[in-house]
Amino acid sequence: MKHLYWRAGFGINPKELEFLSTKSREDIIDMLFYESQNTLPLKIDTHEFDTLTQEQFKKTDKIQREYIEKSRNKIKELNHAWVERVLNSHSVLQEKMTLFWSNHFACQNGMILYVQKFHNTIREHALGSFKELVKAISREPAMIEYLDLKQNRNDKPNENFARELMELFTLGVGNYTEEDIKEAAKAFTGYNHDFEGHFVFNENHHNTQFKYVFGKAGRYEGDDIIDIILEQEACAEFICKKLYWYFVNDALNKEHIKEMTQVFYPDYNIETVLRYMFAQDWFYNPKHIGNKIKSPIELIAGISNTIPLSFKDTKQLFAVERMLGQILFFPPNVAGWKGGKSWIDSNTLMLRLKLPSMLLSNGTIANNKKGEFYDSFQTYTKEKVANNFFKTTSNWRVFNFNYQQVSTKDLAQYLLQCPINKGTLNYLETLRINNKQDYCVQLMSLPEYQMC
Amino acid sequence: MDRRKFIKHSSLASSLFFVPSFVKAFSSYITAETGYKRLVILQLSGGNDGLNTIVPFRNDAYYRARPTLALKKEDVMALDNDLGMHKSLLPLKKLYDKGFVSIINNVGYPNPNRSHFRATDIWQTASSSNQYLQSGWIGRYVDQFGTAPYTALELDHSLSLALKGETQNGLAVQNAHTFYKITQDPYLKNIASHQEEAHLSEHNLGYLYKTMIDAESSAKYIYETSKTVSTSVNYPNNSFSKQLKTTAQFINSGLKTRVYYGSLNGFDTHVHQENTHKRLLKTYAEGIHAFVKDLQSKDTFNNTLILTFSEFGRRVKQNSGHGTDHGSANALFVIGGNLKKPGIYNNLASLSDLDDNGDLKFEIDFRTIYATVLNKWLDVNHEAVLFKNYKQLDFI
Repeated sequence: MKHLYWRAGFGINPKELEFLSTKSREDIIDMLFYESQNTLPLKIDTHEFDTLTQEQFKKTDKIQREYIEKSRNKIKELNHAWVERVLNSHSVLQEKMTLFWSNHFACQNGMILYVQKFHNTIREHALGSFKELVKAISREPAMIEYLDLKQNRNDKPNENFARELMELFTLGVGNYTEEDIKEAAKAFTGYNHDFEGHFVFNENHHNTQFKYVFGKAGRYEGDDIIDIILEQEACAEFICKKLYWYFVNDALNKEHIKEMTQVFYPDYNIETVLRYMFAQDWFYNPKHIGNKIKSPIELIAGISNTIPLSFKDTKQLFAVERMLGQILFFPPNVAGWKGGKSWIDSNTLMLRLKLPSMLLSNGTIANNKKGEFYDSFQTYTKEKVANNFFKTTSNWRVFNFNYQQVSTKDLAQYLLQCPINKGTLNYLETLRINNKQDYCVQLMSLPEYQMC
Repeated sequence: MDRRKFIKHSSLASSLFFVPSFVKAFSSYITAETGYKRLVILQLSGGNDGLNTIVPFRNDAYYRARPTLALKKEDVMALDNDLGMHKSLLPLKKLYDKGFVSIINNVGYPNPNRSHFRATDIWQTASSSNQYLQSGWIGRYVDQFGTAPYTALELDHSLSLALKGETQNGLAVQNAHTFYKITQDPYLKNIASHQEEAHLSEHNLGYLYKTMIDAESSAKYIYETSKTVSTSVNYPNNSFSKQLKTTAQFINSGLKTRVYYGSLNGFDTHVHQENTHKRLLKTYAEGIHAFVKDLQSKDTFNNTLILTFSEFGRRVKQNSGHGTDHGSANALFVIGGNLKKPGIYNNLASLSDLDDNGDLKFEIDFRTIYATVLNKWLDVNHEAVLFKNYKQLDFI
């Protein structure tokens, strides 16, 4: 169950684990979905933009620049709110899937209202119908701008959206032709939005001719194209591969993906396919446990799940995300973050290894050898640690409560998902371990803690 | 990699790991003398206005398109009959006059993208404009031909896509001492020293351990090798010059790094361009001048090639805010002591025959420049890095 909670959420503490120990796998899965059934939109104060009109915005270059700057700061604020949501939400699966789809439909925009709207559309459909999700995304102002749908006109088609729709969002390379892209692009002509961010369908720019896609012909519009694409089983397979990669293992198992595809196709119900996956014995195969490299946000959320954290400084949080290589709302490009090993280079890894100590213990990782002089005046139970690195608070009180029944030497069992490397184990044995909090930071500073 | 190169690379690598440090210092001195070639890549981030950098100062179309932004003839240093340098580039002009600079005009690619992020990705991954690659061209060079993570170094605190490979990465080092200190946490260092590399698996956790051990040993190697060298050259006091100073220190100490990557930001001059642009070009030229002088003082300049590019140029016509908007094709500088064609490599594209956006039409694909540098300077087959065969140019 620890495995399920690391994959479907961001870890689990011993108290919760104890509570679940009497329940069946089925009940626990039900609970996961129950906790994620309601969507709470993520909203920050945007009153300055809510009443903004295009005329006001474009009054002078200077005013326009000021709004752009304000919007940029608001997006950082929303980024901060998102991180806090991930750290504090009980709808862990909803958060996990929101992160998944945000990377699947990677998109970037400078206007806070569009960014917030796009994000909440993903939240709304994260566990619902993939078909509805794709259609909703195609109408989002952020996406319309990001993939040049505005420039896609009857007389001058722009294929950018149609191409990424097939290549990255639904089918994957090899399951469509260049001709399919050209024809599909025609169906999406006329897609636009107004300044406030409502979808606008501009009939004057729409191509009403016949379009020929995947062997079909008709006077198709955008939604028809999405329906036709989703009729291809390859689309269900493509999404299931990505889900398997995200939740199970970066080495894909054809058989299991085939099973998932059969469940997902043709209804494209996201909850159904996830329920199926979590219910399978193969999901809990030891070879999958602790073999995935956490994303930066999973790493931070995991630490916070054990010792609740709160970031106090938006700019600083943003800088940390930048250095770890994952700034929410700023994917590297439309293909999103590659994930897995690509999170890791020498710089990000060293920061990741130092991060728990920087967040929790002022950057020091205890390394006293057995038998070394012990300063008895040093107080060893710190409940709220003043932090010189980050403007964060960490709540050790919660840790002490949740891990009360766990002896220090058993801590690894709860914090780590994979066995500790032999060499590291040898080293840890030379250390004098007499403080649970110190040992917790030590364990979180291991490469093993990067895995889930 | 062919067999001879493999032996060359592996003997280099082994000399680093098994030879005592005093011998190492000596051997690196030798290789510095006998031609260990390095490439320095500098990005002018934000989209440098090429037309106000290398100026068509006798072209009426230029003055018509830029009523308030065009540089007056007396503010331009003539290079030939048509083109001149912005006067803030005086230190660069001095290098130009010595035959150390090649200016390649109209560099770009088909269907140019005018977003900073996307255009930077295209340049850094060497992709086409409709292709999304998740590894950088320098990263793939490290994958194929690198011997250690420090084969490619970025002078920054985090790594650009350019240096991220499919299986390996370059290293970001802004300050050798700071990076060294980060990796020398006693606890983490002890963990690293308790591993036997042979026992580490190829899979994810093993990869983490290997990266950790590499980081620790690379940081130590970089710090200890480079601290032996100091410079007597005065650099201007700004972060760009600091990058160059550190790069010179690394190069002059004989560090086994092939590629250095740095950047100067702020070129996105949509409004009131004049003063900002002047200041940036001055920063660039003064930094480069000091850098070249520093390399010359240790005889490493002839083995160093410096490429300067920007993700795009700017629109020919100025905008209403006394600035310029995102454009496409642009001038690229090649600086080195062994150039085949110093001076203006090719004529500036027409200012009257523009593309649909009112931008210069590109003539030279930037990937042909990468291909040339890979083959003729780094002595490797560019197809392994760029996935395609490109024509090579003859600037080196």
